[in-house]
Amino acid sequence: MDLHCPSPLLRHETIQMAHGAGGELSRELTREIFLPYLGNSMLNVLDDQAKISLDSGEIAFTTDTFVVAPVFFPGGDIGDLAVNGTVNDLAVGGAIPLYLSAGFVLEEGYPLSDLRRIVTSMAEAAGKTGVQVVTGDTKVVEKGQCDGIFINTSGIGVIREGVDISCGNLRSGDSIIVSGTLGDHGMAVMTAREGLSFQSEITSDTASLSGLISAILDEVPQIHAMRDPTRGGLAATLNELASASGAGIVINEASLPIRSDVQGACELLGIDPLTVANEGKVVVAVPQDSAEIVLQIMQQDSEVSGSHASIIGNVVNDHPGMVIIRTPLGSRRILEMPLGEQLPRIC
Amino acid sequence: MKYIDEYRDPDRARRILKKIKDSVTRPWSIMEICGGQTHSIIRNGIDQLLPDAIRLVHGPGCPVCVTPLETLDRALSIAERPEVVLASFGDMLRVPGSGKDLLTARSEGADVRVVYSPLEALAIARDNPHKEVVFLAIGFETTAPGNAMAVKQAAKEGLNNFSELVSQFMVPPAMKTILSSEQKTVEGFLAAGHVCTITGYEEYESIAEKYHVPIVPTGFEPVDILSGILRVIEMLESGRLGVFNEYSRVVSREGNEVARKTVNEVFEVADRQWRGIGVIPQSGIRLRGEFSSFDAEKKYDVAHIQPDESPLCRSGEVLQGIINPGECGAFGKECTPLDPLGAPMVSAEGTCAAYYKYHKRA
Repeated sequence: MDLHCPSPLLRHETIQMAHGAGGELSRELTREIFLPYLGNSMLNVLDDQAKISLDSGEIAFTTDTFVVAPVFFPGGDIGDLAVNGTVNDLAVGGAIPLYLSAGFVLEEGYPLSDLRRIVTSMAEAAGKTGVQVVTGDTKVVEKGQCDGIFINTSGIGVIREGVDISCGNLRSGDSIIVSGTLGDHGMAVMTAREGLSFQSEITSDTASLSGLISAILDEVPQIHAMRDPTRGGLAATLNELASASGAGIVINEASLPIRSDVQGACELLGIDPLTVANEGKVVVAVPQDSAEIVLQIMQQDSEVSGSHASIIGNVVNDHPGMVIIRTPLGSRRILEMPLGEQLPRIC
Repeated sequence: MKYIDEYRDPDRARRILKKIKDSVTRPWSIMEICGGQTHSIIRNGIDQLLPDAIRLVHGPGCPVCVTPLETLDRALSIAERPEVVLASFGDMLRVPGSGKDLLTARSEGADVRVVYSPLEALAIARDNPHKEVVFLAIGFETTAPGNAMAVKQAAKEGLNNFSELVSQFMVPPAMKTILSSEQKTVEGFLAAGHVCTITGYEEYESIAEKYHVPIVPTGFEPVDILSGILRVIEMLESGRLGVFNEYSRVVSREGNEVARKTVNEVFEVADRQWRGIGVIPQSGIRLRGEFSSFDAEKKYDVAHIQPDESPLCRSGEVLQGIINPGECGAFGKECTPLDPLGAPMVSAEGTCAAYYKYHKRA
């Protein structure tokens, strides 16, 4: 036995099957990688479940699984994405996100240094938005059975009093607002992929929307609907809103905020930026008389929203369930629900 | 973005539109050759803005659409071999063969990869010497130089595990076929801007003269397309027919000589089957004899695969401008982008898909 080994983990620089076997190496992985970064009074108990006390009220509960490739991309990685994605799914329902679970599927041979980096970024994202990871799980699969690392997070939040936010609540006359530029995340991941031989400075917009949404709901609790336009981009989100509410939506193409490098990359690759994923943007439907206040709050939030926030269109009685874009030339076209995944494994 | 924004300027577009309205005195039918132009026309709603007297006819210039069913079935047959990596542009993956598409083949275990360039496929061959890499080399004069380059490079490096399944087309023979047809549907052409960057437009001068039609090499942005239409209308109205280059920021009369030389070194002119149209003599290219070891059709002996088309699909008439997609009985019913019968419903450049996607849904 090597008595000089300072830490059991240093015997391995990569994930071994035994790290997922529930024995000594599993305990070491938990103690050396997970608890130092994600630990808190509930997680540290290492029971099979977290015991949570909540004030009475309505609870929001959601889950999401992250398989993004590459796991490290400009502006983020699978770790902060896994935290922000689930936090945002809670926040857009009007919930204050509180607790997360984290389940890891790791491939045999995965570098522990990469895992540590990912867990660190999860901890930072969780700390920033005020949620705690209170329970977790790790499984290891044989080499070749998964692509490095997959993460599932589930989340619980408490829904704020006095809000009623749902896709079905869209009403004719509502304004549609987006909180910033569209398509950044999908194109950041796409241009980071192997095989695309052009470089760009596009970074992912992965961020928690919880603070921004809180600020909006403090001022304008009468928001009708909110969605974060992730997979399928704005096109999917608007079609979901139109279809769920049976209302029509008209979008003004000239008002859509799209970075010129994202636009350029999309042109090169033949992709519509409106179908590209975002990971830190929110689409809000609000009665028209409150639209300017929401816009101002977004524009004052320099962290996740900012000056590119824009009122992009409105809800109408015509063409129920359908989204129409008005082009700068004055013509109109249908904004279709995207058919399939243009960019696989972006989150 | 320079070279883009100024060609999307709504004020400029409206000024040209007004000139078109002022110039046109009777009905005219104009064909835009290229699927990229069709897409831009429908996406920007240019057809809604034109005077009723101008009928736009959508041409056969979508490579995914005209690639014949047998090429797809041959690709599927090759892709299902365990030693093969089939590399293709993404659009081809959803085009249905007679049984399935390449995406389905991939889900069943075939190694099908999306690339943005044939040189990427070549890199896969270089990195995987124990695999056979087959590139689905489709397209018009625009993709031919890259596909030729990949074969030339493979020959130079001795990469014998690389080959191409070639389905390469040329525009001028298709134009002549359309102009010779009994149903005379087209009185003027917007020539495909990107094709002309390679070929130049010298060859179009004899076509314009012989068939007495205006041919205008045109770009892809709204201002480009409207300028092209205005030029064709002015030529038709004045009777001064010929070729006029409205895409002079990238197209010259001579084209790209280096690219054409590379193509001629590797490929030779041959008859080609166009999906929905049939065989057009001397309308395509195939690998020359000295490069036959890079010809996947020969390497995998798939030339005997000759399937039948769906009887419902009228894409051939759509591709020749004889009918608009809405006039096909299957449009939006048996045939949708999610469950397409013919290729024009699949590709982003396909006329049927553009109609379905943007505004002409049944």
